[in-house]
Amino acid sequence: MPAVEETVERVKEIDVDKYKYGFSTDIESVKAPKGLNEDIVRFISAKKEEPEWMLEWRLEAYKRWRTMTEPTWAKVHYPKIDFEDLYYYAAPKSTEGPKSLDEVDPELLRTYEKLGIPLKEQEVLAGVQGAPKVAVDAVFDSVSVVTTFRDELAKAGVIFCSISEAVKDHPDLVKKYLGSVVPVTDNFYATLNSAVFSDGSFVYVPEGVRCPMELSTYFRINAENTGQFERTLIIADKGSYVSYLEGCTAPMRDENQLHAAVVELVALEDAEIKYSTVQNWYPGDAEGKGGVYNFVTKRGDCRGDRSKISWTQVETGSAITWKYPSCILRGHGSRGEFYSIAISNGYQQVDSGTKMIHLGRDTSSRIISKGIAAGFSDNTYRGLVSAHRRATNARNFTCCDSLLIGNRCGAHTVPYIEAKNASATFEHEATTSKISDDQLFYCLSRGLSEEEAVALIVNGFVRDVLQQLPMEFMAETQKLIGISLEGSVG
Amino acid sequence: MLEIKNLHAKVDGREILNGLDLTLPAGEVHAIMGPNGSGKSTLSYVLAGNEDYEVTEGSITWNGEDLLDMEPDERAAAGVFLAFQYPMEIPGVATMTFLRSAVNAVRKARGEEEFSTPDFLRTVKEKAKQLQIDIEMLRRPLNVGFSGGEKKRNEILQMSLLEPGLCILDETDSGLDIDALRIVSDGVNALRSPERSMLVITHYQRLLNYIVPDRVHVLSQGRVARSGGPELALELEKSGYAEYGQDEASAA
Repeated sequence: MPAVEETVERVKEIDVDKYKYGFSTDIESVKAPKGLNEDIVRFISAKKEEPEWMLEWRLEAYKRWRTMTEPTWAKVHYPKIDFEDLYYYAAPKSTEGPKSLDEVDPELLRTYEKLGIPLKEQEVLAGVQGAPKVAVDAVFDSVSVVTTFRDELAKAGVIFCSISEAVKDHPDLVKKYLGSVVPVTDNFYATLNSAVFSDGSFVYVPEGVRCPMELSTYFRINAENTGQFERTLIIADKGSYVSYLEGCTAPMRDENQLHAAVVELVALEDAEIKYSTVQNWYPGDAEGKGGVYNFVTKRGDCRGDRSKISWTQVETGSAITWKYPSCILRGHGSRGEFYSIAISNGYQQVDSGTKMIHLGRDTSSRIISKGIAAGFSDNTYRGLVSAHRRATNARNFTCCDSLLIGNRCGAHTVPYIEAKNASATFEHEATTSKISDDQLFYCLSRGLSEEEAVALIVNGFVRDVLQQLPMEFMAETQKLIGISLEGSVG
Repeated sequence: MLEIKNLHAKVDGREILNGLDLTLPAGEVHAIMGPNGSGKSTLSYVLAGNEDYEVTEGSITWNGEDLLDMEPDERAAAGVFLAFQYPMEIPGVATMTFLRSAVNAVRKARGEEEFSTPDFLRTVKEKAKQLQIDIEMLRRPLNVGFSGGEKKRNEILQMSLLEPGLCILDETDSGLDIDALRIVSDGVNALRSPERSMLVITHYQRLLNYIVPDRVHVLSQGRVARSGGPELALELEKSGYAEYGQDEASAA
């Protein structure tokens, strides 16, 4: 790729001074030059004061990434990304954000208002200059709550910190598990993430411990933005249990258009991990411009016998979503679950689903996917259920329901089913329906506005999945569903 | 007061209402009878504002306001309520949730406070009891798997919660056995008041034994062919709709 190399060279030349300067300056004021090369990877690692092994790991990934090509099999369309025109390390946008809320997209502000978010927090979410540089959620919760929370976790022996801290403080655990579920070479975006990941969460729950509370990124004390290449690693040791919540119902504005996160879950014998996500990145303006591209690799490994991993996701944001939280059912008697609500409106494109890979005996999995397409959007469920030769008595139940609102959107279901063991039992159910005019009229004649009626009907449609969400997310999510579908009828 | 003047309405390009005039004063209950296809249900949908029905001529005013100028939800806020002949099912939405959303939407539109959860529950329980509705039924998804009687009682429950000024009952008696008919009629009668007008649409005289109307109008070919007191219904019971055209057999 001579063109790429040329760009790399040029970038090096132009920015070499600035780049050196970067090493000794405060994080707030630096930004690595555009484009990606080994030096940028070294720079990121140095910024994070990482040990040598971590740097080596990143460089390995980088080299591999250079040999890979972007996948094109998903049913999403977008202009080709110029990976040399991106920043791979940028300090929190102190100079890029809007100067005040007056400069923020009024639509976004209207949404904040509907969700009842106070002004100060709106500034943080919208990335206004000078707003506090803390994780959004730390703003909501007082410091004392966070401290109490940390104490309680420490008492239980649960490690919950940023992945950067874990690299320094718990190298053995990180070395053992990082990349063990999503290998460095897994796919284009995951490999890119491995080379340049910014930050994310690390959780270790020791043997036999039931984590005393729902772990949430809400509570993570992290003065830095996690950035566009988030990396999360959760390990549940033998017989332990943990429930982790990721995301935020408030729409997050981000200057970074490309997001490529990696989440790895490891459940050892008899352990259980429940991972819930509410994703509401900026979907773009009315024409679909400027929205986030969300290319995520999420995978859980039921490594131990009788272990269980359950994914619940609510996807409402992003211009493009490419995401397949999966389970490798390696342990005998292990169980994987995937509950998903994916809503697309405007010009959003969603290609999401799951993979249930049955390797062990008596493994079972369950997939409940609810896709709602409105406006001009495209909503695809793509899933794989496979039983390995040795996966005796593997069982799967899949239910994919799509709901269409209006007649300019699309819903697609692409299920792949492979059974290499004759004893496997796989069930697949799928429906596609539309909100009928009669249903709408019935609601309107009872005084509900068209938007309220749609929100109500859709909330009914996704009820089975909503019930899987932790209580604190449920009410917010119901509200969010209504907001996501505004303007979808009439 | 409801005033309908020279109402013409089409559905799928076919004219169903053809110069209908009707005046319904406050506090009165009027029955609308007539053979199949005479325009009874069309009238109810036009009053509630269903978009499939196109008004081509004439006017409808409700307490001096132009009803045709309002969206269905605005009509609900203004006090118009239609008890559907075939209530819609909404899977996954608990009946209780639906009731609460509707009541609060209407209260908000009328400038009243939304119900608090305890107040709402108390009100629903009280009204449900009058209609012999089991609270367990209200936890089920709206109208999904409801029996005919449950659906109709649920309609009347909504009517009593939304406190409308104009109640339109579209063949509320269809599909009801005699016990359910009595319960539903008692529920409707309990809502009769000097401020409330009711339009009871029915094919059969039977319902009018329970809900005794002040006036009876017979519809034929999209207009009022005859009006009279409650005795008119009894007369129809004997003579059938033969002289009103179309459906000769159904006055049994």
